Amino acid sequence: MRKLKNIFFVLIFSVIVINSSNSAEKSPPFLETKWTFKGLFGKFDRSSLQRGYQVYTEVCASCHSMKYLTYRNLAEKGGPEFSEAEAKAIAASFEVTDGPDSTGEMFVRPAKLSDKFVMPYANEQEAKAANGGAYPPDMSVLVKARKGGADYVYSLLLGYSEPPEGVELDDGVYYNKYMYGNKIKMPAPLSDDLIEYTDGTKATAEQMSKDVTNFLMWSAEPHLEQRHKTGFRVIAYLIILTVLVYFTMKKIWSRVEPKV
Amino acid sequence: MSDHEYTPSSKFGKWFNDRLPLLTLANHLTDYPTPKNLNYWWTFGGILTFCLITQIVTGLVLAMHYIAHADMAFSSVEHIMRDVNYGWLLRYVHANGASMFFLAVYIHIFRSLFYGSYKSPREIIWILGIIIYLLMMAAAFMGYVLPWGQMSFWGATVITNLFSAIPLVGESITTWLWGGYSVDNPTLTRFFTLHYLIPFLILGLVVLHIWALHVPGNNNPVGIDIKKPSKDTVPFHPYIVIKDAFALLMFCIVFALFVFYQPNILGHADNYIEADPLVTPAHIVPEWYLLPFYAILRSVPDKLMGVVAMLSAILILAALPWLDTSKVRSAVFRPLFRQFYWILVADVLILGYVGAMPAEGLYLLIARVATAYYFAHFLIILPVLGWKEKTTPLPLSITEPVLGGSPNLAAARSDDKIEKSIK
Repeated sequence: MRKLKNIFFVLIFSVIVINSSNSAEKSPPFLETKWTFKGLFGKFDRSSLQRGYQVYTEVCASCHSMKYLTYRNLAEKGGPEFSEAEAKAIAASFEVTDGPDSTGEMFVRPAKLSDKFVMPYANEQEAKAANGGAYPPDMSVLVKARKGGADYVYSLLLGYSEPPEGVELDDGVYYNKYMYGNKIKMPAPLSDDLIEYTDGTKATAEQMSKDVTNFLMWSAEPHLEQRHKTGFRVIAYLIILTVLVYFTMKKIWSRVEPKV
Repeated sequence: MSDHEYTPSSKFGKWFNDRLPLLTLANHLTDYPTPKNLNYWWTFGGILTFCLITQIVTGLVLAMHYIAHADMAFSSVEHIMRDVNYGWLLRYVHANGASMFFLAVYIHIFRSLFYGSYKSPREIIWILGIIIYLLMMAAAFMGYVLPWGQMSFWGATVITNLFSAIPLVGESITTWLWGGYSVDNPTLTRFFTLHYLIPFLILGLVVLHIWALHVPGNNNPVGIDIKKPSKDTVPFHPYIVIKDAFALLMFCIVFALFVFYQPNILGHADNYIEADPLVTPAHIVPEWYLLPFYAILRSVPDKLMGVVAMLSAILILAALPWLDTSKVRSAVFRPLFRQFYWILVADVLILGYVGAMPAEGLYLLIARVATAYYFAHFLIILPVLGWKEKTTPLPLSITEPVLGGSPNLAAARSDDKIEKSIK
């Protein structure tokens, strides 16, 4: 019988090993970088988020929407924390169609804090038509919508290279070793000194990738900091209560004869 | 049931209790004689009640903000995550709560399997439990559809399509379930309605489950009938209450770790992509708690037979009290059964694992072997074990197991004892 048990454990173990070797073939391990938002007290790097917004708005936003974000979010606690004046100025640099006004006409006005991020295309069809049939996904929750999360997005941004021999690519298709199937319709979006950071940080491809991934992580999980903070308090409270209840239990049960 | 009549001390209490015996009920619940040797595996009943209440309360608030419409469901969930006060907390508690609920129910079921809690006189408790479990799966499945992500949509498509395997009327039933010719808005709204309804059905069944439990009283790790109340029992309050509370708090710590630090690890990334009927995800997998049954479904080459196998895998549990022919309840005294029990546990874990993998090659082979073994366990091993197995001697009572026990099984579980305890 013990033998049977062992056989089963060996079986489980071998399945796991087979699987891990399988998945290793499929995609290379992600590039490593340090994320400040990970861990028990993980917080966002505020200046990285602000730079990340700059990368998003100057590079990504020409194709990718962020339809669940509002300009006021940029000034909210736990985010990039632009000042309210800065956020207002950012919003005002975009135009939105509003209306109808009292005469029944639609009109264009500068965006306000309460407006959603302005979309690059009027609709999905237009987005597809402008991008060779591929729809640039909305980026609001993109990090959570990809296996591997921030590590994956960061690696993908830096994962472009010439295709290995034998891989044929159609026009408008690029090789990326982290992409599912290695073929991606987005050209490498970031290259050194593509933008000029307002805070003077050197805009290397790695730096921009990291900043924008930080920004996307925040946009997918805007209450992450509050979640970590609350979580620590809740768990500390629970642990203390558990210890107290444990001793209470011991005391109460000491009244009964020791159990068998 | 308490053996003594309860009389409230106050005059008003007596007046009220004569008309609606709530105080008698409260007194019964407080005094309820419980075996004192219950281990921590017995605390999951209380934990499950907590899970159900948590799901109902968080679900109620979520439903105030959620919009059950194909065009708005996904964004209303994002609205909850971003703009509703503590919406992220409510949603993560609710989503992870489902996983914790299933974790607890699996422990609860496997505890029952180990200690033979499904055997006479507790068959009805067991069957009520199976119905609750079925409803839980239905509720969880429909709940997973509500965020209207890619896995929601395609999971719903795969599962509802199973009904089309039914001969003759299958297609019509599927269309009727969908409210159209594919999973769409009518499907979403009806799933939302049912997802809202089922927890209250479960709540009702839980009351019956506990009621049925309080007739014979708890089984215990030794698995013998005991006199109640006696020195083998303790009153439910405060002894069991405090122990349950301690276990519940430990459980909550694990729960909180998921909610606050890994809220999405049990989910699937694809469900953060809004449902798109034109794009099929590479792998459609259900939530982890349904994986063993998904593996059974896919291990059968024929669609209809696959559905039959999957349903049988659950329904066979309802017949368990009669399939297990052994008179001894607890695995503690059944050396052979104990081995097969752990093999079954491994088998179900393997099924769960291959259920998450693509159904091809080695995985499919393993799934088939594991499926065959699953049914063999219930249909062959358990009935035969009851006849063949030489069990070790049972003790006479919980307090006297060290005395060597009684070789006389009949004395240890004589029927008049059960009758007495019912009165």
